[in-house]
Amino acid sequence: MTTSDEDLATAAAHGDQSAFGALLERHYDRLFAFAFRLTGHRPEAEDLTQDICLALPGKLRGFRGESRFTTWLYRVAVNAAHDRRRRAATHAKAADAWGDWEISRRAADTETRDALDWLTEAMNGLKPDLRDTAVLILAEEMTQADAANVLEISEGTVAWRMSEVKKYLRARAAEDLQ
Amino acid sequence: MTDDLKTLRDALRSTAAPDAALKARNMAAATECFAQEFAASPQETGAPVRPIPDRSIWARLRTGGISMMTHLTSRAGLAMTTGLVTAGLALVLVLPRDDLFGPGHPADQPRQEASTPVVTLAEGTEPDLRMEDIAAAPEAPQAVPELQGQPTVRAVAEDAPLTEPAPVIARSAKMAAPQGQSEGMTSMVTNAGDVPITAFAPPAENTERFSNADENPVKIVADSPVSTFSIDVDTAAYAVVRSSLMSGHLPPEDAVRVEEMVNYFPYAYPAPDTAGPPFRPTVSVSQTPWNTGTKILHIALQGQVPEVTARPPLNLVFLIDTSGSMQDPDKLPLLKQSFRLMLGQLRPEDQVAIVTYAGSAGQVLAPTTATERATILAALDRLQAGGSTAGQAGLEQAYAVAAGMTEDGEVSRVLLATDGDFNVGIHDPDGLQSFVERKRDSGTYLSVLGFGRGNLNDALMQMLAQNGNGHAAYIDTIAEAQKVLMDQLTGALFPIAQDVKIQVEFNPAEIAEYRLIGYETRALRREDFNNDAVDAGEIGAGHQVTALYEVTPVGSDAVLNDPLRYQAEAPTGTSNGELGLLRLRYKAPSETDSALIEVPIPVDAPPAKDETKFATAIAGFGQMLRGSPYLGNWSYAEAIDLANGARGEDAFGYRAEAIRLMRIAESLSD
Repeated sequence: MTTSDEDLATAAAHGDQSAFGALLERHYDRLFAFAFRLTGHRPEAEDLTQDICLALPGKLRGFRGESRFTTWLYRVAVNAAHDRRRRAATHAKAADAWGDWEISRRAADTETRDALDWLTEAMNGLKPDLRDTAVLILAEEMTQADAANVLEISEGTVAWRMSEVKKYLRARAAEDLQ
Repeated sequence: MTDDLKTLRDALRSTAAPDAALKARNMAAATECFAQEFAASPQETGAPVRPIPDRSIWARLRTGGISMMTHLTSRAGLAMTTGLVTAGLALVLVLPRDDLFGPGHPADQPRQEASTPVVTLAEGTEPDLRMEDIAAAPEAPQAVPELQGQPTVRAVAEDAPLTEPAPVIARSAKMAAPQGQSEGMTSMVTNAGDVPITAFAPPAENTERFSNADENPVKIVADSPVSTFSIDVDTAAYAVVRSSLMSGHLPPEDAVRVEEMVNYFPYAYPAPDTAGPPFRPTVSVSQTPWNTGTKILHIALQGQVPEVTARPPLNLVFLIDTSGSMQDPDKLPLLKQSFRLMLGQLRPEDQVAIVTYAGSAGQVLAPTTATERATILAALDRLQAGGSTAGQAGLEQAYAVAAGMTEDGEVSRVLLATDGDFNVGIHDPDGLQSFVERKRDSGTYLSVLGFGRGNLNDALMQMLAQNGNGHAAYIDTIAEAQKVLMDQLTGALFPIAQDVKIQVEFNPAEIAEYRLIGYETRALRREDFNNDAVDAGEIGAGHQVTALYEVTPVGSDAVLNDPLRYQAEAPTGTSNGELGLLRLRYKAPSETDSALIEVPIPVDAPPAKDETKFATAIAGFGQMLRGSPYLGNWSYAEAIDLANGARGEDAFGYRAEAIRLMRIAESLSD
C-alpha cells in the first residue's frame, strides 16, 4: 500500500525528512516536465525546477492539507514561474506581453532573434497567463475546476482563457496557410 | 477538442525528460534545505529542548500543533502578545520588514506567502514571534471574550505536544491568567488590533510592468560630441514613486524615470515672447552638488500660455477601462471623481463622449455638450467594472467617435483611463502602434491616465502616449487628479509644439565628458534630429520641460576616462567661451516641417538659481532611487537640504510633498 501524497506532505510538514524525500522523488519528473512546458526552454526549466526544489521545504510549512498535494504543488510551481518571469522582465530579457514587447522592441535593432520552432513560437505568442492555463489543461490534463484552483482564479476565467487560446491558434493556423 | 488545441496538446506533451544528474543534485539540495528548515524538529532529531533564537516560535508551534493555531485569530494572537506587555515585558513592533515590501517589489518567494511582521521581545534571548499565522487566520471577533476566561490560551499550552515551545507559551498563559488583567488586556487588544492589521494582509498578485532602459552612461565628448533626445512631459513615474513610498516601500528601480520626476514640478522659467516660437529655451551651468569636479547643465523650456478664453473648442472622448480589475476604490471610483472635477473646467462649446471597453467596446455617452452636466455625470455614475478587456476595439471606437466630433479648428483628444489591462485580443503589437500613429497624424491626440497599482502596465501607457502624441500621467489620489486634469488642463489638452527634439553639441575644448540624466527611454539617434519623419514628444500650453546634463570640464580630476595611447589626437575645438550649442527642433501643431532654434551655452557657472537647485535635488533623488552609481556618497539628507533651500514659492505644495517623500525614502533605505 502506498501512502497518499497528502499524508506524506503532512508528515513532511511536520519535519519527516524521509517523507519529504519520497514525496519529491515521486513528483520530481512531473514537476520538471511541467516547468519545461511552462517555460519552453530547457535551461530555463532547469532553473525553475531548482527554484521550486529549494523553496519547497519552506513552502511545505504552509501545506495544510486543504487541497490535494498535486494541486498545491502546481500552484507553487506556477507562482515560482511567475516570479521568475517577473525577474526576467525587469532585466528586459523576456518579450512576453505588451509592455515587455515595447522594451524588447528597443533592443531589437541589435539582437537577431533565433529561429523558433512551431511550439516555441506558438507559446511565445500567448500571454503568460494563457500559456499557464493551456499547459495545465492540455498537457497536465486538468479539469477546468482543478486548473482554476491552481491558478486561484474562477472556472469561468479558465474557460474564457481556453477560448482565447483556441482563437489565437486558429488565427495562427490561418496565418500559416497564407 | 479542436484540431488546433490538439496540435498544441501533442506538441506540449512531447517534452523532454529530466536530466538525471541534475535531478539528483536538485533532490540533494532540496533535502539539505529541508534539513535546515526543520533542523529543530523533534521527530527527526529528538534534540533536547533549548531556545533557538533564529527560529520563529510560531513555526515551531506549527510543527507540533497546526490545528490549534487555526483557532487562534488575529485578535486573540495580538491579545497573547499584549498579554506579555501587561506583565511588564517591553514589546516592540517592527514594521515593515523586507518581505512586506510587496507591491511593485519583485519578491523572491512566490506571492501567496503571508507577510511576516515580527514582534520582538526586548529580552535578548527570546525568539521572534512570527505572526504569519495570526495574519492568515480568519477573523473571529468572539475569540476575544473567550480569552478573558483564558481557555484558548490555556489550550495552547496543553494541546501542544511539543515540549520545546511550551515554556514560552506556558509563560504567556500564566501571565494572561489573573482575572484582573483581562479587562485592560482587551482594551489594548482593540488598540493594537486596529492599527497595524492592514499590514498583515498578504500582498496581492502583482503584475505591474515598468518601462525603463539602462541609465545613460558617461560619454566622451571627443568620441561622441552630440547628444540627441526627445522631450518628455510625462509625470507618471513621479506619481508611481510617490504611491510606493506612501505605502511604505521603495519603488521598483525600473519605475523610476528621472526626467519624469524632474518634470513633475512647475518651475519659474522665463516666459516666451508672444511673437516668437511657442516656447523659450533657457540654459544655465552650475556646480554639481554631488561631485565637486563636474557641473550641471540645466536646459529649461517654457511653453507659451495662451489665454484660456482664446482656446479652441475641445472634443474629449473618455475611453474608460471597465474591466473587472478596475473595481478597486483607487481605480474606477477615483476615475469618476477625477472626471467630475474636470467637467467643471470645460466650457459650453466643448463636447464630451464616453466609450468603455470591457469584454466588448461600447459607446456609453454619445457626444454631449459640456453644459449638460447632469447627463454626463449620470453616464459616469452608471459605469461598472466587470469582464475582461478589449483594448484595441475600444481604442478604435474612441477614435471613430472623436473623428465624428471634430470640426475645423477644434482639438480632439482621446483620454484613455486604465489600470493596465489592455492586452486582450492583441496579437499584433505593431498593428496597434501603427494604428495609434496613423490617428496621431489625423489630428486626434491620445493621453493615457493610469489608475491603481498592482496591475499597472506602465510600459504600455508610455508606448501608447508616446506614439499617440499624448502624455501619460498616473493618478493615485484625488489631489493628483486635480493637478493633472484641472490645474494643467490647458497644457495637457492643447499642444503648442510637437515633435520637439533636443540636441546638444559639446565643445571638446571645454568639456571632456557628459552624461544626460534621465531620458533613457527618449534617446534619439543623431541623424534623427533633422529627420522630420521621426516622432518625438509634444509640448502643451504652459508646459515646462527640464533636462539636466552632468558635464565634466576638460582637466577636471573627475574625468573618468583616460586618454587613449594609440589613437590620433582627438579634436580639441576652440575655446570661445562656449560650453556647447543647444539645438531645438519643433513643429507647430498640424505642420509637417520643423523649425530650428539654436542657443549657445556659455561656460560661466554662476551660483545655481533655486529652480536649478530644486531640479537637481529631484534628479539626485531619482538617481538614488534607481541605484545610480554616479552619485558617490551623496545622501538623502543632502538632497533634502538642497531641495529645502530651493522651495521657492511652491504655491501648490508640490515641492514640500517631494521633500516629505525624500524623508520617507531616507528612512526606508536605511
